[in-house]
Amino acid sequence: MSALALPLAQLDIRSRRGGTCLSEDGFCPDWIVDNLDRYVQPLLEHLYLTVISVAVGFAISFALALLAHRSGWLTAPVSALTSVLYTIPSIALFLMLVPITGLTALTAIIALVAYTQVFLFRNIINGLVNVPEETKDAARGMGLTERQVLWRVEMPLAVPEILAGLRIATTSTVNLATLAFFAGAGGLGAQIFQDITFRSNVVVAGGLAILLAAVFDLLILGGQRLATPWRRAAAT
Amino acid sequence: MAEGGGDMSAPIASLFTDALEFIFVARESVTGGVQVGGIGEISSLTANHMVLSAAAIAIACVIALPLGLWLGHVGKGEFLAISVSNIGRAVPTLALIAFFIAFVGIGFFNVLLALILLAIPPLLTNTYVGVRGVSPDAVDAARGMGMSEPQIVRKVELPLAVRSIFGGLQLSAVSVVATAILGPLASVDTLGTPIVSVNVYGQAGLLGAAFVVAALAILVYVLLTALQRAATPAGLKASGPSLRDRLRRIPFLSRPRST
Repeated sequence: MSALALPLAQLDIRSRRGGTCLSEDGFCPDWIVDNLDRYVQPLLEHLYLTVISVAVGFAISFALALLAHRSGWLTAPVSALTSVLYTIPSIALFLMLVPITGLTALTAIIALVAYTQVFLFRNIINGLVNVPEETKDAARGMGLTERQVLWRVEMPLAVPEILAGLRIATTSTVNLATLAFFAGAGGLGAQIFQDITFRSNVVVAGGLAILLAAVFDLLILGGQRLATPWRRAAAT
Repeated sequence: MAEGGGDMSAPIASLFTDALEFIFVARESVTGGVQVGGIGEISSLTANHMVLSAAAIAIACVIALPLGLWLGHVGKGEFLAISVSNIGRAVPTLALIAFFIAFVGIGFFNVLLALILLAIPPLLTNTYVGVRGVSPDAVDAARGMGMSEPQIVRKVELPLAVRSIFGGLQLSAVSVVATAILGPLASVDTLGTPIVSVNVYGQAGLLGAAFVVAALAILVYVLLTALQRAATPAGLKASGPSLRDRLRRIPFLSRPRST
C-alpha cells in the first residue's frame, strides 16, 4: 500500500540549486556512498527474479521449440500465442495475476517467464530451421541418426542464434522486472518507485538495473565465444 | 498494494466480476465523497491514454522513419541504428520515466518526451534493417530504369521494407501504450490512474484498469497487423518465401553482396 499510495502532490516539489542537496531531491554523491547498502536487497531480488525467470523460460521454450521442430505445424500457433502474450502490458499482467497467485515473487516470475517466450522460442526455432539442408544431408551420409543430427549438428550450429535470443530475453527481463513490485516482488523498481523524485535514488537504482543488464549481456556474449570455438577459428 | 483493496481473501471470481463492474458502473471512492469508475471515467481515461500514446508514436515516426530510410539507403550508420535499440532495450521504462520526473519535471510534455524516446529505437532499427534487407539487385534495376535516388527510396525500398517497419511500429506502439500506465506518476491522467491511486479507486479499480489497458494494447496490436496487411504491396503478400529469397533462387540474379 505505502508504495502505491505515493501522494502525487509530493511530485510538485521541485527546486533549484542552493540549500542542502537532500532537501532539494538533488544528486548527492555523499548520500549515495552512505546509503549504498539499502540497494543491496533490491538488487539481489532483481537478480533472483531475472535468473529464475530466464532459466525457467529457457527450459520451457527449448522444449516447445524441439516439439515444434519435430512436428512442423506447431511453430505458427506457438509464435502467435507468444506474440499476443508479449502484447499484454506487464503491469496489467502482474496485476491480473495477483488475485490468483497473490503478492509473491511467483506471480512476477510467471509473468516474466511468459514474456521471455517470444524471444527465446523464435530464436531457437529459427536457429534450428536455418541449418542448411546440405549440412544435414552430409551428416546423414556419414551415418548419423536423426537424433544425432539434431544434437551434434543442428544444435551446435543453432547456438549463436539461440544465445542471441537469450541475450534479448535477459535484457528485457531485467527491464520488465523493474515493474515486478506491482506483483509485490520487490526489485530495483520498488526502490525507484519509493522515492521517484529523489535524483540520487533514481540514478542509483536505475543505474544498477542498466548495469545488471549489461553484465548479463557480457556474460552471455562470453559464453557464446566459449560455446562456438569454430567461429573464432574462422575469424582468424 | 494488496491492502489497497483489503479483500484479498475474497474468492477470485468475485474480484474479477467486481473489476468488470467498476469499468461500467460508477461507485463511491474508497476514501468516500466522490464517484469513481464507470463507463464515463474509464472512457475519458482511455481517451487520454490514447492521445498521449498516439502523439508519442506519431512524433517518433516523424523522427525515426526518414532517418532510418536515409541511413539504410546510403548504408551508413549501422552501428548507430543497431546499437540504439540495444541500449533502448537495456534502459528500464520505469527508470526512463523516473529520470524524466526527477531531472526534467512532471506534466504532459515531459511524459510525452519520455515516450517518444522509448518509441524511437525499435522504429529506427527496423526501418534500417528493412531497407538494408532490400535486394541490391532490385535497387540496381530501379536505377537502370532511370529512377532518381529519392524515387528509389520511395517507390522501391520503402514498399519492400514495409513489413519490417510495421514490426518496429508494433513493438513501439505496444510498449508506449504499456508505459503510458506510468503517466500518473508525472501527474498525467491515463488508465494508470486507478492503478497508481489504488487507495482512492480500490482493488476493483486497479484490476478494472488493468483489464482495459490489456485490451487496449491487444487492440492496437491487431489494428496494426491489419494495417500492415493493407500497406504491404500485393506482390509481397503471398505467403511463403520473401521476395528477396525468391530472387535469390534465380541463379543469374544472385551474387554475393559486397558488404
